[in-house]
Amino acid sequence: MATKLRILVPVKRVIDYAVKPRVNKAQTDVERNVKHSMNPFDELSIEEAVRMRESKKPVEDILAFSAGPAKSQDIIRTAMAMGADRGIHVVEEKIELEPLGVAKLLQKVVEQEDRNLVILGKQSIDDDANQTGQMLAGLLNWPQATSASQVEIDGDSVTVTREVDGGVETLKTKLPMIITTDLRLNEPRYASLPNIMKAKKKPLEKKTMADYGIDATKRLKHIKVAEPAPRQGGGKVEDVDGMISKLKELGAL
Amino acid sequence: MAAPLRNGLLRQAATCLRQQQPTPVRQISRDALRRLASTLAVLEQREGKLNMGSLASISAAQKLGGSIHGFVAGANIKSVADEAAKIDGLEKVIYVENADYEKGLPENWAPLLVENIKKGGYSHVMAGHSAFGKNLMPRVAALLDVQQISDITEVESEDTFVRPIYAGNAILTVQSSDATKIITVRGTAFPAGAAEGGSASVEEGADPKAECPVEWVSENLAKSDRPDLATAEKVVSGGRGLKSKEEFDKIMPPLADALGAAIGASRAAVDSGFADNSLQVGQTGKNVAPQLYLCAGISGAIQHLAGMKDSKVIAAINKDADAPIFQVADVGLVGDLFEKVPELTEKLNKA
Repeated sequence: MATKLRILVPVKRVIDYAVKPRVNKAQTDVERNVKHSMNPFDELSIEEAVRMRESKKPVEDILAFSAGPAKSQDIIRTAMAMGADRGIHVVEEKIELEPLGVAKLLQKVVEQEDRNLVILGKQSIDDDANQTGQMLAGLLNWPQATSASQVEIDGDSVTVTREVDGGVETLKTKLPMIITTDLRLNEPRYASLPNIMKAKKKPLEKKTMADYGIDATKRLKHIKVAEPAPRQGGGKVEDVDGMISKLKELGAL
Repeated sequence: MAAPLRNGLLRQAATCLRQQQPTPVRQISRDALRRLASTLAVLEQREGKLNMGSLASISAAQKLGGSIHGFVAGANIKSVADEAAKIDGLEKVIYVENADYEKGLPENWAPLLVENIKKGGYSHVMAGHSAFGKNLMPRVAALLDVQQISDITEVESEDTFVRPIYAGNAILTVQSSDATKIITVRGTAFPAGAAEGGSASVEEGADPKAECPVEWVSENLAKSDRPDLATAEKVVSGGRGLKSKEEFDKIMPPLADALGAAIGASRAAVDSGFADNSLQVGQTGKNVAPQLYLCAGISGAIQHLAGMKDSKVIAAINKDADAPIFQVADVGLVGDLFEKVPELTEKLNKA
């Protein structure tokens, strides 16, 4: 008897991966008035969940979730256009949540929405923390498979191949569990126009941090955001001999 | 406030009282903190061999001052613990002998660490920002209700750390208010430290024997006689410009051999199947900072630069004179890599 998959996919709105972030003059943050989109790893999570349904796995529903300012709603709509059934948006304008706060929030969502599989991106490309999925797994005391490049589900048994230093390893465990996605898991689809239109009609619940009773006080105080030390190109050489002598001059050979 | 911190403050205060010297309160707390930094450095091992890359967490801990204990666990671990005891800078090595920990699964490793962190009352816990550290430490942090600090590149003080964000396009300084600091350390940002010269005591740690609901099935590691990519002195790296796996395998290994270098690749080269995933350098792959990073057929997208721009010397061969890689390269050569790289290999071999 196959376990019904009740999937939660958290998604994050981040500065688009193609934009080169610039540090603001006050050195408190990067300039935010730039193009934003869904964190690329989260696209992989949605895609994987949708593919589970398409490959006839018993998917009951796919819930997309995001916490953040009003504009994060766009990202949940994108997830729904890709195939998520419904969304929850925790509107939080003031505090930029840390992974621990998000993990605690997700723990509540998992419990209230009776989820048995959470698929997250392995890291978001803004804070590069790579923590939320592992923290959630710890809080729930569920098994975790991070940096997944292949997922196979058979009943309530799940086999995951994950990318590790030097290659891959394969793990086997049982639902409920946490998976985080790595780049090579799949190729996310583009949302088609009809699906974008349909997504506008899918249910999207708005909630607040207070609804979940989570204290998201930040533990890390941002002291300063600085530009990395600039790296000056050393110019070009004419030929291979020029390259070799320049490398010798620089002490690299 | 953590118990050891409090005890230490009391001890410090008592000392001051005995000396009957009025000392400014601020001074006491700062000195007390400095004296009380006590770090547990989680060391990686594999089939009885210590991972030298994970020694960077010891170098980072040394910047804090205070005592540093190393931690190892796995099957037949005593000999690894004895080896670790020789690492310069360690005061004590704690080991847990149990084959259940051999594969580094976080489901039983996290309770194991939590138990030993509580037992030792550490103010800091550090591990490498490797696949193992990334997988395990956030789970530990959550169990301790701590916001982890990932991939640090500098230690400013016992509660303030520096780390890159936005693929290294910004450098963030953060101050932690957590009682225990859980930290992963960027290996290339700290010296590896000396594996000899120390004489730490060796002690058995606590084993909570938590159940592990995950079965480790198998692994497939790329075999290589070349230096390890993450710690190599020299790295040669190929990108999309190599056009096929055959060309990659024909052109890159001889150059690597001529230099004694490790081989890396861009995401484009990995996605196109030219090279194995584990060779990827960049925001989502490995971070390298060798003496020499020589790349061919790599344009220099920001995600790639994130993984290599701390290299001492960057050399690039690319046929597009406007490729962004030339903005960071110390030595740039505009030309066809299919001619230039073999020529370079040949001349290096002759030299």
